Amino acid sequence: MKLLLKIALRNILRNRRRSLMTGSAVAAGALATLLFGGFAFYIFAGLETNNVQRIGHLTVFRAGYFLFGAGNPAGYGIERYHDVMTLIGNDPVLQPMINVITPTQSLLGIAGNFSGDNDASKTFIGVGLIPSNRQRMRRWDELRTGSIPPADSRLSDQDETRGLIGFGLARILGLCRALALQNCPSVPEPLASADIPSPVLNEDLGELARRDAGGTDHSAGAPHIELLAATVGGAPNVVSLTVSGAEPQAVKELDDNYIAMPLPLAQQLVYGRGEHKVTGIEIQLHRSEDLRAARARLNTLIRDNHLDLDVRDFAELTPFYGQAVRLFSVIFLFIALVMGVIVLFAVVNTMTMNVMERTNEIGTIRAMGVRRSGIRWQFIAEGWLIGAIGASVGAALAFMIAALVNRAGLTWVPPGNANPVPLHLAVTGSPALVIAVWIGLVLVATVAALLPANSAARLSVVDALRHV
Amino acid sequence: MANALATATAATSASMAVRLNQVARTYRAGTIEVPALKNVSLEIPFHRFSMVIGQSGSGKTTLLNLIGCIDAPSGGTVEVCGQNLAELNDDATSDFRARNIGFIFQNFSLVPVLSAYENVEYPLLLIGTPPAERRERTLAMLQAVGLAEQARQRPNELSGGQKQRVAIARALVKGPQIVLADEPTANLDSATGASIIELMRRVQAQSRTTFIFATHDQQLISHADELFSIRDGKVVEHRTEAGR
Repeated sequence: MKLLLKIALRNILRNRRRSLMTGSAVAAGALATLLFGGFAFYIFAGLETNNVQRIGHLTVFRAGYFLFGAGNPAGYGIERYHDVMTLIGNDPVLQPMINVITPTQSLLGIAGNFSGDNDASKTFIGVGLIPSNRQRMRRWDELRTGSIPPADSRLSDQDETRGLIGFGLARILGLCRALALQNCPSVPEPLASADIPSPVLNEDLGELARRDAGGTDHSAGAPHIELLAATVGGAPNVVSLTVSGAEPQAVKELDDNYIAMPLPLAQQLVYGRGEHKVTGIEIQLHRSEDLRAARARLNTLIRDNHLDLDVRDFAELTPFYGQAVRLFSVIFLFIALVMGVIVLFAVVNTMTMNVMERTNEIGTIRAMGVRRSGIRWQFIAEGWLIGAIGASVGAALAFMIAALVNRAGLTWVPPGNANPVPLHLAVTGSPALVIAVWIGLVLVATVAALLPANSAARLSVVDALRHV
Repeated sequence: MANALATATAATSASMAVRLNQVARTYRAGTIEVPALKNVSLEIPFHRFSMVIGQSGSGKTTLLNLIGCIDAPSGGTVEVCGQNLAELNDDATSDFRARNIGFIFQNFSLVPVLSAYENVEYPLLLIGTPPAERRERTLAMLQAVGLAEQARQRPNELSGGQKQRVAIARALVKGPQIVLADEPTANLDSATGASIIELMRRVQAQSRTTFIFATHDQQLISHADELFSIRDGKVVEHRTEAGR
């Protein structure tokens, strides 16, 4: 084996220029595959981090909510949700896995801004949450993407009337100036009369909200909006929300409809004076690798306690995550395939020329007693060595380029994000990727050498010795 | 010199290094068949310096190729060291060559990426000689051919004569039963060729290895113990030098 590799290495060095070109093709293949792979891994990590920060790893719903709840969230409230959270939070299996467990309430309704000269309303998709838990969830960064949003004091457990709205919704409701938002145009005038809500209805909503809030008039303070929703019983209910800021959402449809508010306010809107429920219990784990085990344990708890609940993970709740992962995986495979084909042809070409040039040498060592298999292994070893050296050089270059990019402080807005995050190529953090690319390219180079190696092994000794 | 050689009958000893019986070898060039050897029968004894002499195209190389089991006859049987070569498969034939036969080629045929030492050591690696013994035998062989100083040099750093000395050392280092030398002096000047012949004669005398030497040079026949003259694919004369 030692002699085999020694001869292989020296033969590679004998044809320096040819070996350099072939090795460069392998190195370029490794470089391109690893850099894109590192980028794709970073995208996966970024998407996962974004989702886990937003909705946790797992969410417990009432059975049927996942399929039908979007049309009537209030109808799928989890009763006695404190007991359910206690059951989950105190479970000896789940407890060490859980970072945050928090209830949420989804709701639909109409938001209106009737302060001053404004007279705008818009349907909204709202979520009621516990602000302190939201803050804790946003600090999750197990995959070290560096995309931890800064602490946000605009929502507070202490002030149940303050909420955030989507940037688009702020624009539609004419809150750009009140919230001092940049790049946020004012509502154009005049609006078509059909689009303007009835003034009588608007006044009624405002009056209802003021009455509900104990007669407080917000018009002179921070901007506020009125939220109208149907209670579980079907009766209209109105609350007033002080808008403490606007938060851009990644998808325009959501950005134009989004409202986040403290859970008690959402529950007041949806359940009125009735039993306050929640539509979901979000669970954020310390580590994503526990997701499967945690989900299995949750299902066991639900079954053993005869609860009418269902568990979904973040990938099910955000189909975009799966779509993006599949898209980048397919692009990665395509790039890897193209690089593999280039390496294959480069090595086949080089090894075929080597066999032709060394025909007489092949005859000599066959005459000395080397078996056909020995000749075959000799050329396979050369293919393997070119692949190994090229892939190693490519990997080293990928590490260097990734380090330069990672230190350059570049930012970008990845899919599914509304805000820029640091651009990072996760090459060094993905040993499995590096190993897989290295093995893959070395394997291709080795297999590529098989064809010329077989030709060399099949040569007649006499014919090979006669070759000039 | 011709008087020094006496016409002899074919040896009949059971311990013959080579025994050919009605061996033919025909090459095909498209639809044309070219007979290189025509029903040759001969026996070459062990421990002799045998010479096959004939003009270019007479069939010398074909005969050596058959004896060296790197070619197969179209007809007849070839026995080398008592082994009928037709009974061996490809791997067994390679192993047989590795253990029993050493080659010296006209164009030296050294492995260019290996040093003189490594070229000589190569046959010992093929037969699994232990490292210490391998080193000892390699150095001894290089010493014997006068190339101990050039052990680290690659073939492209050696002269033609030095290359052929390395080839001789490589052929002999494993202690083969037979060494086949095909026109080993043809690419050398006369003085170097003479020194190579002297060297081969000397190491043959010391090692008692069977040498079969093919040449077209009539001046070399004085070195032969056994002489086989070949013409148009037939052995036309076999002489044994008296007293050797």
